[in-house]
This record gives sequence, structure tokens and C-alpha cells, in this order.
Amino acid sequence: MPNDRTMTNATPAATVVGAGICGSWAALLLAEAGLAVTLHERDDPDLKSSTSHWAGGMLAPDCESDGAEPVVVRLGKRSLDLWSSHLPDVPMEGSLIVAHPRDRSELDRFARQTSGHRRVDEDAIASLEPALAGRFRSGLFFPSEGHVEPRAVLPALHEKLRARGGTIRFGSEVDPAVLTGLVVDCRGIAARGDQPDLRGVKGETVLIETPEVTLTRPVRLMHPRWPIYLIPRPGHRYLIGASSIESEDASGVTVRSALDLLTAAYTLHPAFGEARIVELGTALRPAFPDNAPRIEVRGEHIAVNGLYRHGFLLAPALAEIVAGYVTTGARDNEVMRWS
Amino acid sequence: MTATHAATGASRLTLYGQEVSSRLLLGTALYPSPAVMEEAIRASGAEIVTVSLRRESAGGRAGDAFWRIIRSLGLKVLPNTAGCRSVKEAVTTAELARELFDTPWIKLEVVGDDETLQPDVIGLVEAAKILLDDGFEVFPYCTEDLTVATRLVEAGCRVVMPWGAPIGSGQGLMNRHGLRTLRARFPDVTLIVDAGLGAPSHAAEAMELGYDGVLLNTAVAKADDPIAMARGFALAIEGGRLAHEAGLMPPRDFATPSTPVVGTPFWHAAG
Repeated sequence: MPNDRTMTNATPAATVVGAGICGSWAALLLAEAGLAVTLHERDDPDLKSSTSHWAGGMLAPDCESDGAEPVVVRLGKRSLDLWSSHLPDVPMEGSLIVAHPRDRSELDRFARQTSGHRRVDEDAIASLEPALAGRFRSGLFFPSEGHVEPRAVLPALHEKLRARGGTIRFGSEVDPAVLTGLVVDCRGIAARGDQPDLRGVKGETVLIETPEVTLTRPVRLMHPRWPIYLIPRPGHRYLIGASSIESEDASGVTVRSALDLLTAAYTLHPAFGEARIVELGTALRPAFPDNAPRIEVRGEHIAVNGLYRHGFLLAPALAEIVAGYVTTGARDNEVMRWS
Repeated sequence: MTATHAATGASRLTLYGQEVSSRLLLGTALYPSPAVMEEAIRASGAEIVTVSLRRESAGGRAGDAFWRIIRSLGLKVLPNTAGCRSVKEAVTTAELARELFDTPWIKLEVVGDDETLQPDVIGLVEAAKILLDDGFEVFPYCTEDLTVATRLVEAGCRVVMPWGAPIGSGQGLMNRHGLRTLRARFPDVTLIVDAGLGAPSHAAEAMELGYDGVLLNTAVAKADDPIAMARGFALAIEGGRLAHEAGLMPPRDFATPSTPVVGTPFWHAAG
């Protein structure tokens, strides 16, 4: 195993807890840095109990500057590079934002609060997404953004980790507090008992399938309450997400939320009315009060959490910060805290 | 109206026997984060915050973390029944709210139209009666319709909250005449303009009309800088209230110099 560190004779070891997107990236970059990594995950490889399994997989740092803290945008942009360098097949087709005429003021507000976009008219929308020709008169295009399919990239990251000599133990529920050595706690909402100001924010999604509409990139529909995206998935599928509700009840999707999400798809294109509903999903996003991520360091115990609705966007950059700190002591004072 | 001296600030607002200094009631939805929300509330000086209680959060555990943040603000909480579309739903939600927040206060909303979120004023009066009978102190969200307000007051509401414009529209006061009529007709009822305000000037105008307070959410939460906007509204509301208490000058058709014109011999010649 490569080891460019000159600390001790033995290969330094790291234990990562949680194989969602945060732990998977942390484990991979620590392994790349030369550590002997063991990744523990309480779930099986399907990861259905992980928030990441239900995520949209948007890589949209420019869009997120609407409301998110600047650190989210900064880390998000760094993450785009890491996604591209590690998984070159990740689609970087940009994001398209459209609004119905009566939500035009929402679009204007969004344009004012974000950067990295250009206005697109009806023709430009039609050339980007022919399926939407004639349906919207104006929109915004964010060219430097991408998206991933969470259920494909998590196994891909795990494969890369194994190729670097890492070990993954599924079905292994461990308490980071009782582990010794270097421990990276990436349990997300499951760590709430140890991080009192962590809270869950409910998100709901609907997965639909139809061969009648083809979209090549995530399309966001301006909505007065939630950012609703349709994200293309393989096999003519589209993930519609997501609601954002200050509730920690993840027991299921409400009828009201399902109606809101499905109506958004239907108003984007009426052919979605004939799509098949494949799955309704709900999960809790782990968030701190500022909705920004945090790396808490207590000796050899590092907790990465609070990725909120930006898990796939932030995980690579946060993993890089963790790996940098472990190997060189480099500190990122915007996200790191010591206790 | 309570007479006050400008030096001591505007008079206090009384809601079902409870007094507060700030005449701004602020909603807690749509902020970029709870941290920004908390700062905006502090900047606004609001002493009352409204909290939406969706029915799915029943049971008390759900939403715990967010509500812990709300409680930690140490402010009075006015739970609301936002999103309820029937009398029964609104009453059930109100009962839940009383349990969760340990308060008889309830901002009563019964949605009558999904597009405009216009209140179902008929269901509203019915739900208000049920809740008042059950010991609630009801803050009904209504339109500026005089008859509806009369029914609510007859039912026992001591606070009435007509809209300025539809929720989230930012249109300001759509019907000044209607709002003025309510003020004139109910001099002893606490009247609060709830919803539809987009700019601090809208809030100032409501206060100048003699309204007792203003309730808003979107205009602050969705501003580029919610904290600065919260302060902007607070200042406008205080300014509008002081102006109302000070007595606004009536408008005139012609300019009248504010500096005395002694020594201008032909001041009347042009007339």
C-alpha cells in the first residue's frame, strides 16, 4: 500500500463510521493519502437507511448560493473538481431553471441571489432541452454544474476504496466513542445523540418513469416554498425532489407533499401525467442551526456532519479537508471546530 | 388610543391581556437557516413569533429540534393553523398546538382557495366559535370584509387580523378603504394587518391607518439580507405607529410653506 507519510513505522490506520456519501468520500481520500482505512456501515450495501440513498445527487454550487452560506458554495465548487477527477463520467451538463409566468418574480429573485448563470429565452431553452420547447419563455442556465445518481456512485466509490486497500464492513454498527485511534464519524443524523444542535430536516422525493419525456440535465422549477428539481436518472426515470420540512418524522411521504411534487412535474411537462410512480422516498437531512457543514475535532476523533441538503455537493471537499488535516495538519477554520 | 410622549416611544400593544412593546409579529418559515432566522428575529425586536404546525408533525416528537430552537428564543409563540383547509382540520391543529406550546393563543387560518390561499371566511367564523368556546384566544386571519370581521368580534375574538394582500404576494395594502372602515368600526378591537406586505413602507402605512400591529414573514425571510430587512420593518412600524399617535396632518391640495412667510408682501397676489 502506498504510504507517503513519515510518522511511524506502521501504516497509520483510520476508522470511518457511516458509508453514506460523507463517509465514503472521507474513507476514499484517507486511503488515497496512505492510511489503512476500515469503513463501518450499520446497513447492508443497499444503504436504504442512509439519507444518501434518497438524495437527489445535485452538484449545483451556483444554484445553492440562493440562501446557503458562502462556505457551501466554496466547498461545492471544490467538490465539482474532485468528482470530475475521481469519476470522470459524472455528467456536467449544467442546470436549467424555469418558471411559470406567475412565478416570474421568484425567478428574478433567484437570478439576483445567485451567480454563474445566464438568462435563456424560449429558443435557448428548446436547444438545451428539446422536450421543453414552447413551454417556457424564460429561464436561467447554470452551465458549470452537474449531477450524480447516488445509487450508482456510492458503490463506485466503495469499489475505488477497496482498490486502494480499504475494508468495508456492512452490517457493522459501531459507536465511534468507544473506538480508539483515528476515528472519522460520518453518521449523519444518526449522530444526533452526540451532537445536540444537530437536527433533522425532512425531505421527500418521488421517483417516476416515462419514456415520453427526455431531459438531459436537472431542471428546477421555481416554486414559492421549495426548490423542486427533476433529475434525470438512467432508464427513463426522473427523481422529483424535494420537500424541506422542519420535522423529524421520516415515517413516510404525505399526500400533500406527493401532490406538490407530482404537480410540479406535471406542470413542467404534461406527458409526466402518464409516467409511472416507481417509489416515494423520505429521509432526514442532518443540519446544524446555520445549515452549514462542520468538522469537529476532539483529539483523534473527527466528526463530519451537518451536510444538510448538500451531501453530494459537499462530501468530496470535506473529505479533502479531513485528509489534509490528518496528513499535514492543515486547518480550514471556516468549517473546523476544536473541542 | 393611549397618549404617549415621543421620548418614551410608542404605546404598548395588548393581546388578550398580555402586553408587548413591539408591534411586529414575525413568522418563522422560509429563512435560509434557523441561525439566520434567529438573528432576523433579534434584529426585528419582535416579541411574538408565529410557528406553523403541520398536521403531519402530530405526536410532539416530530419537529422537536426546530421547536427547541423556537422555544430557546424566549419569545411568545403564536402557533398557527397554516395549511388547514377545513374547520375540523384547523380545530385539531389548534388543539395540538395548545398541547405542544402550552398557550391558549392560536392564529386561526382556514384556507379557502389553494391558488390564492384566500381565507375561507365562513369556515373561519365557525372554527373561531368552536375554539373560543374551548377557551382558546383566537387570532383569526381574515380578509378586510366588514361583515366577516363583525361575526368574528361577535363570536368573541378580541384580535382580528385582516390581510393586506394574499399571503406571500408582497402587494401591500390592496384595499385601504376597507382597512380604514374596519379601524373605524372596531376602535376597541386589536387589529393587525397579516400577510401580503412586501416593503417596510407597506407596514408603515398600516400603522399610520391606526392598525395595532403587523404580522409578516416572507418579506423578511426571503430578502437578500433577512437580518437587515427585519430591522427595516421594525423601524417602519415604529415610525408609522408614532406618526399615528402624533396625529397625521391632513393632505392639502396646494403647497403651504413650512417656514413662516412674514415679510413676503405679495404672498396672496398669485391666488
